[in-house]
Amino acid sequence: MQTRPGTRPRRARPKSGRPGMWAIRGPLSRRQYWMFAALGLLVPLGLWWIVSSGAAVDKVFLPGPVDVFKRLVTWYTEDDLLSDMGISIYRVTTGFLFSAVIALPLALMIGTFRPVQAVLEPLTDFIRYMPAVAFIPLVMLWVGIEESSKISIIFIGTFFQMVLMMAEDVRRVPLAQIEAAQTMGAQKGETINLVIFQAAKPALLDTLRVTMGWAWTYLVVAELVAANSGLGYSILKAQRFLQTDKIFVGIILIGLIGLVMDQLFRLAHRKAFPWLHLRS
Amino acid sequence: MTTKISIQQVGKVFGEGHRRVEALKDVSLDIADNEFVTFVGASGCGKSTLLRIIGGLEYHTAGEVLVDDRPIMGPGADRAMVFQHYSLYPWLKVMENIKFSRRLRHGRENLSEADVEAASGRADALLALMGLTPAAEAWPNQLSGGMQQRVAIARALMGRPQILLMDEPFGALDAQTREVMHDLILHVHRLEKPTLAFVTHDVEEAIYLADRVVLMAPRPGRIDTIYQVPLPAEREQDMKHTPEFLHLKKEILARIRETSGMKTDQGMLDQLNMEGSV
Ligand SMILES: Nc1ncnc2c1ncn2[C@@H]1O[C@H](COP(=O)(O)OP(=O)(O)O)[C@@H](O)[C@H]1O
Ligand SMILES: [Mg+2]
Repeated sequence: MQTRPGTRPRRARPKSGRPGMWAIRGPLSRRQYWMFAALGLLVPLGLWWIVSSGAAVDKVFLPGPVDVFKRLVTWYTEDDLLSDMGISIYRVTTGFLFSAVIALPLALMIGTFRPVQAVLEPLTDFIRYMPAVAFIPLVMLWVGIEESSKISIIFIGTFFQMVLMMAEDVRRVPLAQIEAAQTMGAQKGETINLVIFQAAKPALLDTLRVTMGWAWTYLVVAELVAANSGLGYSILKAQRFLQTDKIFVGIILIGLIGLVMDQLFRLAHRKAFPWLHLRS
Repeated sequence: MTTKISIQQVGKVFGEGHRRVEALKDVSLDIADNEFVTFVGASGCGKSTLLRIIGGLEYHTAGEVLVDDRPIMGPGADRAMVFQHYSLYPWLKVMENIKFSRRLRHGRENLSEADVEAASGRADALLALMGLTPAAEAWPNQLSGGMQQRVAIARALMGRPQILLMDEPFGALDAQTREVMHDLILHVHRLEKPTLAFVTHDVEEAIYLADRVVLMAPRPGRIDTIYQVPLPAEREQDMKHTPEFLHLKKEILARIRETSGMKTDQGMLDQLNMEGSV
């Protein structure tokens, strides 16, 4: 016997079959997303405000949002905030670019040729576990205390991680893509340039984005080295003068700059690799 | 018929010591020009390895493989390979994927305008042949699995390979799509006249497509039986229901079971059924 949909006995069902936002990996509309995101930012801000305005809390111990904002303004008007930001951004980007420019070809070789991998990977793995901070005395000895020393520290902090992660990106290129090129007559150089590098590009850009974040964490360390400007330096100096609000400004600014750079990387990813962003 | 591929006492050993695997042992087979040969057999019997050796992606450790009487030296444009998946270039649109081999030559030889135009014409023709014309400007990840394999086949054909090697190219497709692809690949075979070596785990597919079905057996990988397919050269879907077809299918399936070294344990099955019904 055949049954038609209409003749089936009706079972008690929930009002709507659509899964709600609390279903496992349930849907969330754009509006809801931004609502929650705003909540996630405003709640901590509000808590901060409440706690810091309590009578029992010393401003030196925990300044309020208003104090921090005022300090931001005076730093800008009296202390040349922009040049501090500028020099820090310069150091981070330069150290980071040096890392990237050297890491990229190395990673391509490590991920492509097994002998290169055998020579370089264990060594890199080893150095990666040495704390970058511990290199400071050496850097001062070898590079001096010029601008290049700060850039060197950021380089040391990011380079070894970057090489290993990028080599992994290169190794993840599907073998079928490489072999397809070879059976179409591609030579070694063509296979590397036209297939391996192209296929790894999106992952490589993601690796750059992640390591950029680490470069910022090494900024403060780098500016320990006889600096007299920069956000990291200002934070350290503020601590000496118990300007807790200035420490807050510095930390928040580094966070914001990092966020902006992260978003720029994401934007570049969307523009450069449109086939990965077809939905949404 | 002239021999296109001559496989002579080929052996292949992977690894050493206790990791040693004899993937192929004493495999000999001549494949004629424009012949369509399919390979079946239990998994691990060396089908992929044999195909990869012909493609120059793997090197044999014994014997000889000749193409047009010359030993093969690594992969080359005369032997294009179609893989089961992940072989398309996701950063290139469909048309650019198909023209990939042209891009390779472009750097090496000085192509004239006319050559470039001819290539363009061929790409268009292949696109039409594969029913891909509306998808020319799509990214591969916008296409269904069946469409993606059409692109992979068109791309492989672009360089006019004399030999087309296919390793379970339709293994990930659903049954209906696979039937469509079968007739398409037969059409391509008639039209472009490549010699075709095709690995599959689907015996029906193997018989429907091939002039000869080569059954391989594992441990060590070797050729067990070669079946001449008793069907007319022009294949039609209805032939799958003819007694000859069904008989051959049954025979091959039985032989695969025998050679795979795995027996169905009837006692165990009965026991499972009993437990299920309690
Ligand atoms: N790269 C490799 N390294 C080691 N062993 C391999 C390699 N490729 C295949 N083998 C082994 O060779 C045998 C044949 O493999 P394969 O040709 O893939 O079989 P099939 O395609 O028939 O399933 C298997 O035992 C497999 O484990
Ligand atoms: Mg296989």
